[in-house]
Amino acid sequence: MDNIVGKKSGLVWAVHLSLALLVIVWLFPTTGLLVSSFRTGDQIATSGWWKSLTASEQSQTLRTASPDEQQEIDGVFVVEGNLFESTDKPDISSWGTSSRDIGANAPGDTVEVNKGTATLTVTANGDYRLESPEAFEGRRGERVFLTAETPPEFTLDNYDKVLFDENNREGMAKAFFNTLTVTIPATIIPILVAAFAAYALAWMDFPGRALLIAVVVGLLVVPLQLALIPLLKLHNEVGIGKSYLGAWLAHTGFGMPLAIYLLRNYMVGLPKDIIENAKVDGATDFQIFVKIILPLSFPALASFAIFQFLWTWNDLLVALVFLIDSSGETTVMTKQIVELLGTRGGNWEILATSAFVSIAVPLAVFFAMQRYLVRGLLAGSVK
Amino acid sequence: MHPALQGILTIVIGVSGCVGYFYFSNQLLDKVLFPPRGPHAGRNITRANLIRPWLFLFPALAALSLYLAYPVFETLRLSLTERLPGDRSQFVGLANYQKMFSEAKFWEAMRNNLLWLIVVPALSTVFGLLAAQLSDRVRWGNIAKSLIFMPMAISFVGAAVIFKLVYDTRPLGQEQIGVLNAIYLFFGGDSPASWLTIPFWNNFFLMIVLVWIQTGFAMVILSAALRGIPEETIEAAIVDGANPFQVFFKIKVPQIMGTIVVVWTTITIVVLKVFDIVFAMTNGQWETQVLANYMYDKMFRANDWGVGSASAMIIMLLVTPILVWNVYNARKEMR
Amino acid sequence: MSNLTLTDVEKTYPGPVTVLEHINLDITTGELIVFVGPSGCGKSTLLRMIAGLETITSGEFTIDGARMNDVPPAQRGIAMVFQSYALYPHMTVRDNMAFALKLAKKTPAEIDAAIEKVSGQLQLAPYLDRLPKALSGGQRQRVAIGRSIVRDPKVYLFDEPLSNLDAALRVATRIEIAQLKESMPQSTMVYVTHDQVEAMTLASRIVVLANRGIAQVGSPLDLYERPENEFVATFIGSPAMNLLPGEIVETGDVTRVKVHGAEGTITSAVPTTGDRRGAKINIGIRPEDMIPTSTTDYAFDGEVAISEALGEVTQVYFGSPNDEGGTVIAKLQGIHRDVRGQNMRLTAEAGKVHLFQDGRSLLYA
Repeated sequence: MDNIVGKKSGLVWAVHLSLALLVIVWLFPTTGLLVSSFRTGDQIATSGWWKSLTASEQSQTLRTASPDEQQEIDGVFVVEGNLFESTDKPDISSWGTSSRDIGANAPGDTVEVNKGTATLTVTANGDYRLESPEAFEGRRGERVFLTAETPPEFTLDNYDKVLFDENNREGMAKAFFNTLTVTIPATIIPILVAAFAAYALAWMDFPGRALLIAVVVGLLVVPLQLALIPLLKLHNEVGIGKSYLGAWLAHTGFGMPLAIYLLRNYMVGLPKDIIENAKVDGATDFQIFVKIILPLSFPALASFAIFQFLWTWNDLLVALVFLIDSSGETTVMTKQIVELLGTRGGNWEILATSAFVSIAVPLAVFFAMQRYLVRGLLAGSVK
Repeated sequence: MHPALQGILTIVIGVSGCVGYFYFSNQLLDKVLFPPRGPHAGRNITRANLIRPWLFLFPALAALSLYLAYPVFETLRLSLTERLPGDRSQFVGLANYQKMFSEAKFWEAMRNNLLWLIVVPALSTVFGLLAAQLSDRVRWGNIAKSLIFMPMAISFVGAAVIFKLVYDTRPLGQEQIGVLNAIYLFFGGDSPASWLTIPFWNNFFLMIVLVWIQTGFAMVILSAALRGIPEETIEAAIVDGANPFQVFFKIKVPQIMGTIVVVWTTITIVVLKVFDIVFAMTNGQWETQVLANYMYDKMFRANDWGVGSASAMIIMLLVTPILVWNVYNARKEMR
Repeated sequence: MSNLTLTDVEKTYPGPVTVLEHINLDITTGELIVFVGPSGCGKSTLLRMIAGLETITSGEFTIDGARMNDVPPAQRGIAMVFQSYALYPHMTVRDNMAFALKLAKKTPAEIDAAIEKVSGQLQLAPYLDRLPKALSGGQRQRVAIGRSIVRDPKVYLFDEPLSNLDAALRVATRIEIAQLKESMPQSTMVYVTHDQVEAMTLASRIVVLANRGIAQVGSPLDLYERPENEFVATFIGSPAMNLLPGEIVETGDVTRVKVHGAEGTITSAVPTTGDRRGAKINIGIRPEDMIPTSTTDYAFDGEVAISEALGEVTQVYFGSPNDEGGTVIAKLQGIHRDVRGQNMRLTAEAGKVHLFQDGRSLLYA
């Protein structure tokens, strides 16, 4: 298809361009968050994040050293030094001695100051030299206005504060571990339970099988909002209340339809001959399941695991209802973010960093296991 | 007990419990109850095989019944009762529904949900189709698809934060840090707008977040569907004289219509369930309320389980046509 | 008028992988030319280059003198019938046939008239409002052909159209295609197949493709009676021609040759010049040309290993003589019972003895 005669190169370029545009638009918001997490609060508040990636021009007002530092060299009084305190010496593009014209001079120029009694030279990296035939008076140095190109500046402070600062009550470290604690059991248990059921629905013949499959398909659609109130009531009555156990059970229950659906679809596609061969060889259903079906179903198991992992990690509602109580000890990252949106809505450096911490793990899992995620989505969706 | 320890213990107990249950129940069936030996061997085997599927199914069925089937009925029942102090309740018939229907906030939620239902699946499917087709013939197509799909891995709350930054407003005179306002001012807008508070239009800004996420889903599925179209039908159309647009709309899209419908309905279900985005970004203020959020509000803020359940039933009602359609298709396929 | 000319055409894929080179072919109006060859020989690629579905790496392709290399498929005046019919599954038969005409902005009246004419020709009238999935394989095939005819193109291209049909249907449809061609003497048809029976029965000329090029072009009987090289000799005719290693004993208007391992010599009607005396050659005799003999001048003598009684003919297979060359096969007319294990001595008429040196036929040397 790629070699068809008459393919207009203009069309090809339009395709590349439109796709690139689409990708940029899709990538833009997340990039904004990521970049912001590396900037200080001041930086974020004063300029859009897209400007921080290139060097920016900033004006500063600095002073030369005080006349105390002057030395006499060959009959001339000199004050020398560098205007910048830190080791970073930005490139000065223009400088001036009067606030009315801060860009009057270029680096390297020598001008008269102090009403003509002295000369001042400032070079591009901030080195300056004040010369005067007579001794300098006063206690303060000369004021120098300069405009310099500051390179992009980034910081890891935010991450430090959000993750590692133990005094930070709004820190993400505890929430991170809580989320992990919720997610892992909630991913593993459903797989096991569903795998057995999926095998029964795929390879065992019994009356009511078609009906059960239809029920599973139906339950896929039921919104979990329906289950919140009754199940919270139930958990309270049974004594589980709001706890990790409650969250694990809830996620298992809610994830069951998808798990059974995905796994069954895959198992149905396994080669019939192998299974029938095993039966002829005398294997029990249980043995067939453990020794043949489970290993062969690995791609489907992986797909569902990824799905369930992402779903439970990113979940807010189930955690709010079944886990988090007023003490806040069991808070998960999604809840933490919501809190921050309320209390620290203006502190973008904290918000962005916390948000990014919460999405970092899912993103990593996503990029590493994309293949399985895609395969899971496609199961049964393409008609 | 430290939660991590609790977690590990749960995994160990859960997994060994499951495995143990399956193993031992099968052993029980095969060795004790219906051994394939002796005078009734044949009959035993048959009986064992009749029972075995239910052994395999039991834990899953228990979970499904308890966590999804039972709640449907219980919520229905709760929607007909009123919660009283002291953990009691009394039957009030349709009073909850009447109360709900008289609330302006409810109708606002319904109106908004209708908007969401129309706009989000449509936009996601269209963008998804566009992305799928564009990335199909391009060498870096897989990378492009990866990047567009990526938002699906991000939590709704994370996406809410991301877009709050995009929509941020600073007073006029200060530099805008929200890209939307920056672009708006660049193209001649008078003053920065507080996008999420503009009545009616703010809903669309919230919808954009869900479209941003769901487009990747639509794209992945539609891309696979496009690949499944027999190449020769496309070549035949080219030989017949169709230009690329005609090929796309008259030959490709009709052939993947089934998949488009699946994508559309799946996203519709997600739209009805979406709670996090509105909760995190506006919490229903400035007339952005949606049913899922309304329900949460009633359930936990107002502690009104009756009306909360009633609103949950409304969500269920809206979802039912799709449920019926899916089950119908599933049964048709199995024949 | 629809003459196609391919001049020094080459097709190379990035790799670089050259699929076809030095293709020179002149197809005149009204021919039904068949491209035939083993799989991978490039016959479909060549067809697709004519269609415009593949670019031409170098060389020239013209239709009626106009250069077509860069002309898109829709503007070449061609119509194509695909192996899998490529019917638009979501359109009825009528819409399938009308599609191209609608794109060409013909009036509804014109479209209806064209469809009626063609559906009459191909007996498609009862199916016009059905979807492809409600049709049998043979019916779909006819719709695919109908879709092409409706456009009244200059050139018809067929890409293995009968491969997906079962044997009986294949025969019937083959005859239909032959009749169709008769009814359209001014149309040029280019037909690709791997089945030599189709090639032999349908073609006015056959192009045998092998080893990235054309092995021979000619009428079916030309290829059968006077193959230019060993490839064509063994490709055309089933079972394949026997190639017996031997040498030239006497040259002249009639050549005397001796098969290795045989006692005497046999004559071949292929004339050779003196310098060929003693040359090592392959002597080609078709199984159906093998005649039993009892003299010492024979081509082959051996014990029957397997005998296949097909009623009309009996195919006998011999073990390979002195391990050179493959199994020798003879096709004897009528029924021969109980020949297994028997010894047979075979020869052939001079006119049916082909001589090949270094793979090339000495008839054309």
